[in-house]
Amino acid sequence: MTDSKDWRGLLFVAPFLALYSLILIFPLLRGLWLSLNQVDLFGDGHFVGAGNYVRLFGDPVFGTSLINTFKVTLMIVPVLTVISLLLALALNRAGRGAAILRGIFFSSAVLSVTIVTLIWRFVLAPDAGLLGELWKALGWEPLAFLSAPNLVLPGIALTTIWWSVGLPMLLFLAGLQQIPEDMYEAAELDGANRWTTFWRITLPSLTRTTILVVMLQTAAQLQLFGQSQLLTAGGPSGASRTAVLFLFETAFGRWELGYASAAAEVLFLIILAVTFAQYWATGRGGAANGR
Amino acid sequence: MAASAQRGRLSGIGWVALLIGVAIMVAPIVWTLLLSLKNNGELVGHSGAALYPPYTVENYAAIFGNSSTLRWLLNSAIVAIGTTAGVLVLASLAGYGFARLEFPFRRTLFVIVLLGLAVPSQAIILPQHQLFAWLHLHNSYPGLIMPGLIAPFSVFFMTTYMRGIPRELDEAAMLDGASRLTIFRKVILPLTIPAQSTLAVFTFLGTWNDYWWPLISATHSDMYTLTVGLAAAQMNYAQTSGLGYLMAQAVFASIPIFLVYIVFQKQIVRAMAGTAVR
Repeated sequence: MTDSKDWRGLLFVAPFLALYSLILIFPLLRGLWLSLNQVDLFGDGHFVGAGNYVRLFGDPVFGTSLINTFKVTLMIVPVLTVISLLLALALNRAGRGAAILRGIFFSSAVLSVTIVTLIWRFVLAPDAGLLGELWKALGWEPLAFLSAPNLVLPGIALTTIWWSVGLPMLLFLAGLQQIPEDMYEAAELDGANRWTTFWRITLPSLTRTTILVVMLQTAAQLQLFGQSQLLTAGGPSGASRTAVLFLFETAFGRWELGYASAAAEVLFLIILAVTFAQYWATGRGGAANGR
Repeated sequence: MAASAQRGRLSGIGWVALLIGVAIMVAPIVWTLLLSLKNNGELVGHSGAALYPPYTVENYAAIFGNSSTLRWLLNSAIVAIGTTAGVLVLASLAGYGFARLEFPFRRTLFVIVLLGLAVPSQAIILPQHQLFAWLHLHNSYPGLIMPGLIAPFSVFFMTTYMRGIPRELDEAAMLDGASRLTIFRKVILPLTIPAQSTLAVFTFLGTWNDYWWPLISATHSDMYTLTVGLAAAQMNYAQTSGLGYLMAQAVFASIPIFLVYIVFQKQIVRAMAGTAVR
């Protein structure tokens, strides 16, 4: 029994929808329009059609920033997924000790990116950092994590993994909790050892969670921004400039609004495409209602 | 914890790996704490001094003598509390509408809200920045709060939760002649308190830690939130008063969020794990 068709119901959703239209839908459409125009801070701009997109594909700085983004995503996501799965397996047990350890591994996730980079800047810096002191104590030459072009992305990946390990661990723990106990009992009766049980029962039961973790993390890391902006400002010489940092610099540093909008649209499409590709590749698996 | 929790004991190698993991998680935080407790002069060119005494709290004292860090703390609190309150009101109203009421285009509108989940904030930041400039809302609390109010997840979350409440409760109240608004306030809202607290903690944490929007919208240092203020402090590190002071600011800025984490651990874990269960 529900009310007959009634416009009054709209009153409940109207406040949210009004703001939603103003702050999300309108900017989404306007962004598309801006990307087809040449606009800077002053002046109204003029229509250039696909001009911004053509320029974008010929821009080596944008190209490098995309490659950096893919590289750092590939450095982070597999490692993060495996580590958080191992942690969940190790800490999926009752008792105070395990609870405290879960708390420790999740604690970094409640910090903001500014605090995380502040901490890690002085872990990674060769002259004033914790790793530098450690290396020196061992009699080695400290690694210049933030100033060597081939070490800067691994340094950012390390920072990000430390920061982000908590959430995927919790997701895997929640997945483990949903595996019915009698599946393990049946396996035990069949005389399966721990290794077989893990490959035959635990891992297949976590397929859905694993897909969710990989999809969420990939989408998040493709938007990596704060770590690169704060730790290195994209340097040395662009070696750690990510796509979102490129967008930020183009928009709010050089105020090329049309060009930056085109970059935003391309990145948006890439994120959508990668997410959907993962979704289809996994046989539109259990992640159906992922978010 | 379910019974499956006890699946197997950790091997020796497992324990060693776990302890190394704990060390990696904890060491950077201990290092930060130690640095924050050192005299700035002692650390110049020799941060290893942090490993042994003397320690001092002078950097923390300096924070309380410096109004800007306290101002940023106040701004963060206003923005996070304002956003949380706004999200709870808007999402509860919309959730009730979508879960219980029939009105034209209900399904279409709900799908439009859900599609918003796929829009990353970077995709709309530029036009949002323009919009708030036209409305003269940059460097203001409403300007910092408003973009946080439209998270599609909050509406999705409240709608799902309210759909789980038995309809018999509404119908009984309706037979007693209660209006839709009365049912919402007196029957549904009290039953959603667990969901409200989960959503509140989730929104508070997310807003408190947000860097992207305040970085762009708050350009006057007296409107910075803590995240942006600390970003500015670390970028000007060379000119600021020193490493120990910088790290004391980082510790100071982490205290409120760690307190929230410790007090509301249950809600946080439930909110995070909830994304998977669904």
